[in-house]
Formats: sequence, C-alpha cells, structure tokens
Amino acid sequence: MQNYLIEIFGSEIVAYILATVPVLAFIVVFVLFAVWLERKVSAHMQDRLGPMRVGWHGVLQTLADFLKLLQKEDIVASANDKALFNIAPYVVFVTTLITYTMLPFTSIFIGSNADVGIYFVLAFSGAVVAGILMAGWASNNKYSLYGSLRSAAQIVSYEIPTALVVLTMIMLYGTLSLGDITTAQTSQFWNWGIFGGPVLGIGKILLVPFMFVAFIILFISTLAESNRTPFDLPESESELVAGFNTEYSGIKFSMFFLSEFANMFLIGAILVIFFFGGYNSPFGYLGNLLGIEWLIPIEQLFWFLGKGMFFVFVDMWLRWTLPRVRVDQLMTICWKYLIPYAFFNLLIVGLILLI
Amino acid sequence: MLTEFGKVFIFLLVGIVFVGIAIFMAYLVRPKRPTAEKLLTYECGENPIGSSWQKFNIRFYVVALIFLIFDVEIVMLFPWALNYRDFGFYGFSVGAIFLIVLFIGMIYEWRKGDLEWERSKPIIPNLKNFSKPKEIQETK
Repeated sequence: MQNYLIEIFGSEIVAYILATVPVLAFIVVFVLFAVWLERKVSAHMQDRLGPMRVGWHGVLQTLADFLKLLQKEDIVASANDKALFNIAPYVVFVTTLITYTMLPFTSIFIGSNADVGIYFVLAFSGAVVAGILMAGWASNNKYSLYGSLRSAAQIVSYEIPTALVVLTMIMLYGTLSLGDITTAQTSQFWNWGIFGGPVLGIGKILLVPFMFVAFIILFISTLAESNRTPFDLPESESELVAGFNTEYSGIKFSMFFLSEFANMFLIGAILVIFFFGGYNSPFGYLGNLLGIEWLIPIEQLFWFLGKGMFFVFVDMWLRWTLPRVRVDQLMTICWKYLIPYAFFNLLIVGLILLI
Repeated sequence: MLTEFGKVFIFLLVGIVFVGIAIFMAYLVRPKRPTAEKLLTYECGENPIGSSWQKFNIRFYVVALIFLIFDVEIVMLFPWALNYRDFGFYGFSVGAIFLIVLFIGMIYEWRKGDLEWERSKPIIPNLKNFSKPKEIQETK
C-alpha cells in the first residue's frame, strides 16, 4: 500500500506519513467501538441493557462521552509535578501506538517491516511502564503512586513469561519479523501456530499440546500486561479509586483510556499472529475463487480484525467471570506457575524441533 | 530511502502530533475556572495529609531486581533461539545449559523467599520470657 502512495505523491516521507493515518484511524474507531462493546457485554452478562439512548442500541454513546471529555476542565492540581504530569499521556499513548507499526494488518499493509518485529513490540509494551510511573509519581496522590507501582511490578513480572513464550515461538518460526511469521502460516489452517506451525511430520503431532500450553501462558501473561481484569490491581476501583489516572481529567484521561484499549487489541493481535495464522483465512480466499485480486487484502483485513476482536471479546467475558486476584496471588501465578511452565515448555519444544 | 526504523520514527512523530492536537482542541473548548479547593489533590474529599512522595515497599525493588536478571538473560537467548537449529543438538544443549543455570538461580530465589509477596517476618527473641520458651510467639 505504501508503494502506491509513493507512486501517487512522489515523496517517500509524505507517503509514510499518510500510511500512519489508517493505523491511527483504526485505533480511534476501535476504541470507540470497544468501549461501547465492553459496556454492552457487561450489561448483558448482568441481565441489563446497557447504554440504549444515543443512537441504535447506544452505538454513539462513546462518541458522546468523548465530546463530554473534550469539554471537561483540565485540572492540574497545585501539588502536581506539572512537567511530568503533562508529558505522561504522550509517553503512554505514543509507546502504544508505535507497537502497531509492526503488526501486519494485511499482506500489503504493515507499518514497518523491520526484522526485529516481535522484539520491538516486547520492548515498547514494556516502555509503557515509564509513562505509567511518570503519571503516578507526578500526580502527588497516594492512590496514584501505589497504583502506578503495582502496575509497574505487574507489567515487568509478566514480561518474563511473555518473553519465554515468544522465545518458544521464534524457535518454531526461526524469524522475529511478524510479517514473516504470518507468511509461514499461509495456505491451510493446520499450518497455524496452534497446530504446530509449518513443521512437517511426526514433530507436528508432538508439538500440538505444547503449543496449546504456550498459548494459554501467553494469553494469561499478556492479559496481565494490559492491566485487564482479573489482573486490574493497578486500577482496582474499590481500593485505589482509579489507580494511576486518579488525578487526570478530560482529554488527558482519555489518552490513557485510548492506550489501554489499544493495548487490548494489540495483545489479541499478537496471539492471533503467533497461534492463529495472523491475517490468513482458514478456508482460502473468495478473491482467488472469483479471480478478483483486490478482494484478497480486504478479506485478510477482515480475518485479522475478526480474530483480534474475538480475543478482545474473551477479555471482556473474563472480566465478568473471574474475581480480581490479590497482589500475592498475582506474583505467585507469575513466578511459581507461569515461568516454570513456560521454561520447560521452551526446552521441550526446542527438543521436538530437532527431531 | 527511508529505513524501516525511519518509518517507526515517523509513527512516533505522528503520535506526538496526534496527542498534541487532541490536547490543543480540548484547550480551545474547555473552561478554566480554578479555585483553591479544586486544585487540591484527591484524597477521599478530605484535605490531603502530607506529601504523597513517600517511601514505598522494598518488595517493589526486589521484584524489579529479579526481573532485571531474568530479562537480561532472556535478551541473550534471542539470537540463540533464532539460530540454534543450524547447529543441531550441540547448539541446543549449549542453550539448554544456559537456561538450566538460569533456572537454578530462580530456584535459589524461590528458596530464599524472594518470590513471596508476603515475606515471613523474622522472629525477634523476647528476652523477658527467655526462661519460658513456650510463650514466644511465632509471627508469620
């Protein structure tokens, strides 16, 4: 897609600036939709109706909320560290946004096809901690400080099982680039990571249970990294008011919100790319069948977003299924269960791949 | 010719501009009527007591330190995981030995109790009741 843009505008820089627009637009639209979906899902799980008044079944509710947030007074309390307080929303949002550059949305659109791919995503999803700590410290509020510290401890702890599973997966695919990982899973659904990836022969059958374990570990640890329930200790409403964003109001608060929901899709996308074939269709393409070439990228986008949205839905579902864990349980799950399991999984997968 | 990281840099700049525009738009629309009460930090509606920049628990440092050890070692494993298949079983065993050493370190931390969030407290001998050891309370 960038190549067409370069042809049209003649300048690379203009083309790549324009190529950021779909990603930004996707994040904004996705967040507007996901917030509405979250409210509807939670409402229906509790036998309520949820927002119903603004638009059809309340679809425009989030837009109305956004307009409200835009008009809210921006309170910077006199005790706050003003410089850090104002920089924190930038850090949190930008670090989340640039992880999206590595995601292959379709076979023709990827923000940047750098070889480091997943490594970059891991690094920058860890860098969000800096923004969160900044926000918590600059707020000069006890709830914010404790919320941000908890969040930092949680994100860094769960980065280790995530990294171990990522190691397992790059052993399987032999590349770090998310685009190459997706192309390795093309053609049929039994080439997907959860079914042992592109490996052939007896190794494939042996791999399936271990891939399943890897998938479960990655799902739990990325869920914790995105601070979602049951791991939403940093923002536990009943203890810490709103965690690190207690002091924020108006548009700056919505930036934190935006990055949190963008993170939800990001973890869904990472799971999909590693285990469920990325943008690949499980049944082959309608575009190939009809001989219409431009239909294929659209179908790929549909599959990628569809699979990603499924995991976002599962996150919402879990929110109303599981109670919040305690801090000590949180650390126990990570250090005493996930890390040893991920560790032995890594060694076993490594051995199987040599067969 | 832009490198791949040049594209990432463009994303970074566009992200900063996006947040800047959003905050500037809000600046044009929103009211600004600060009062002394409004500018207090939130503490359940009461006047905040003292500064919030206070000491926090040492456990956060312990977690950060353990994380640092593991993360550095995992970073070293990335090149191995990409290439170990070219070296066959020899390549695998080199990495596996490294991983097992790492895991022994983790077992050590586990035994030392650094992975517990609630550390068991040290038992301080009560000298008054020294002759009656039954009444020494074990605090756990």
